[in-house]
Amino acid sequence: MNQLAERPRVTDYQDHDGAEMLRVSDLHAFYGESHILHGVDLEVRRGELVTLLGRNGAGRSTTLKAVMNMVGRRTGSIMINGNETLAVKPHRIPRLGVGYCPEERGIFSSLDVEENLLLPPTVRSGGLSIDEIYAMFPNLYERRRSQGTRLSGGEQQMLAMARILRTGARLLLLDEITEGLAPVIVQALGEVLVKLKARGMTIVLVEQNFRFAAPLADRHYVMEHGRIIEEISAAELPSRRDHLHSLLGV
Amino acid sequence: MTMIFGVPLAVFMGQLMLGLINGAFYALLSLGLAVIFGLLKIVNFAHGAMYMLGAFATLLGMQYLGVSYWAALLLAPLVVGALGMVIERLLLRRIGHLDHLYGLLLTFGLALIFEGSLVNFFGVSGARYPTPEALQGGLQLGFMFLPTYRAWVLVAALVVCLGTWYVIERTRLGAYLRAGTENPALMQAFGVNVPQLITLTYGFGVALAAFAGVLAAPLYPVSPTMGSNLLIIVFAVVVIGGMGSILGAILTGLGMGLVEGLTKVYYPEAANTVIFLVMILVLMLRPAGLFGKEA
Repeated sequence: MNQLAERPRVTDYQDHDGAEMLRVSDLHAFYGESHILHGVDLEVRRGELVTLLGRNGAGRSTTLKAVMNMVGRRTGSIMINGNETLAVKPHRIPRLGVGYCPEERGIFSSLDVEENLLLPPTVRSGGLSIDEIYAMFPNLYERRRSQGTRLSGGEQQMLAMARILRTGARLLLLDEITEGLAPVIVQALGEVLVKLKARGMTIVLVEQNFRFAAPLADRHYVMEHGRIIEEISAAELPSRRDHLHSLLGV
Repeated sequence: MTMIFGVPLAVFMGQLMLGLINGAFYALLSLGLAVIFGLLKIVNFAHGAMYMLGAFATLLGMQYLGVSYWAALLLAPLVVGALGMVIERLLLRRIGHLDHLYGLLLTFGLALIFEGSLVNFFGVSGARYPTPEALQGGLQLGFMFLPTYRAWVLVAALVVCLGTWYVIERTRLGAYLRAGTENPALMQAFGVNVPQLITLTYGFGVALAAFAGVLAAPLYPVSPTMGSNLLIIVFAVVVIGGMGSILGAILTGLGMGLVEGLTKVYYPEAANTVIFLVMILVLMLRPAGLFGKEA
């Protein structure tokens, strides 16, 4: 098993000096014949929380999957923490300190809650301990012996987030974590993101719920037709809110 | 003499014991098939050939290298498991993205090649492998005579089956396996080397078949076709139990052995077909199998 989940080698993860955690340049991605991403450029600095906004089908989820090497063919450049990763195998990407939370949550039904939580191999030291995680998500502790998919939608989302916090990942790619959840759960998730940011985590958030994302984020990227069409910083947001709403069609 | 429904107790228990032994082989083989199907989604038609190779490795190991039965119990599964890993790495992986039918055809072809080559060298009549000295003789239980070797086969098969169940259902490696069965892409995104997990799983599954082959060597004639004869019944057992359930494979294997044994006592003419009758019934009433999840 140790071979399956190899300890990260020294070269796998090093905090390099630059402030840049993720740089995507001229990224094109393809599913079979279909060309999904058409030259995405974005950059995320260490400790930032950045959102990818846009309508359905704009390519936001595909951008996260492309970073994880989960789509078909990719061209361009993806630098994670100073490492070019376009040729890196999918199972080696997490060892660069990346945690991924998929849109469909990906809770395993054949595993109970605690097994789900302990499943992702540790990629780096400094992750949250299991006690810290249970303190952050008390519901999960109460239901730790339940089958993973018997949890409510909100609890499943908490579980999907919680399990990548244990691994020591420093860059979190979160895909639509508030989708379909009750307002009180969305608020709880917002508080979790604030705590994670305070711990120095770098977060890329794909979001539909702009009101959720706006107060949390340092910067927003707006995507359309597989490209970034706008970059808006938190400071610019008040003056450009109407413009952004028209871009998002809300 | 005590009678059970008009049959002497000794005969009744004797057939039940034989049924349980057969059931132990069904359980070991269908367990391997279930493990392989779970992660690779391949119906491994080479499974019977791997069982046969396990028995042949035991026989030839003794004849040419002086390998004892006890050493063969360990070595034959290792050798056959390694062969399985090579097959997975060189052949099965290349067709992993195609329809599962291709995996079935490929493994069926492999089974024919292994069988055909061995028939070429050894013929089809088969050879006997001596019962190891420590396991000769038997126990007089009063109501029946229990040959030591058969008791050993039952215990060894049960221990290996339950050990496998434990590893898959209760350990971290097993959690990887279960999760990889459900969503391999996400497991990669967590940093698990899924291709390597698949290779090891296939190797382990066929090693289980080889282990059954070693156990079978002193019981049945070691012949190139011993696997294909058995595999048809094992596939029926897997269909009855439901693909992909670990405990289901074990329990159904043992249960079907018993059903077969009982039929031998009361209606011997049907003994060879009863499992297929059960299969038809199960397919009509519970198409996903007794332990399978409804799709």
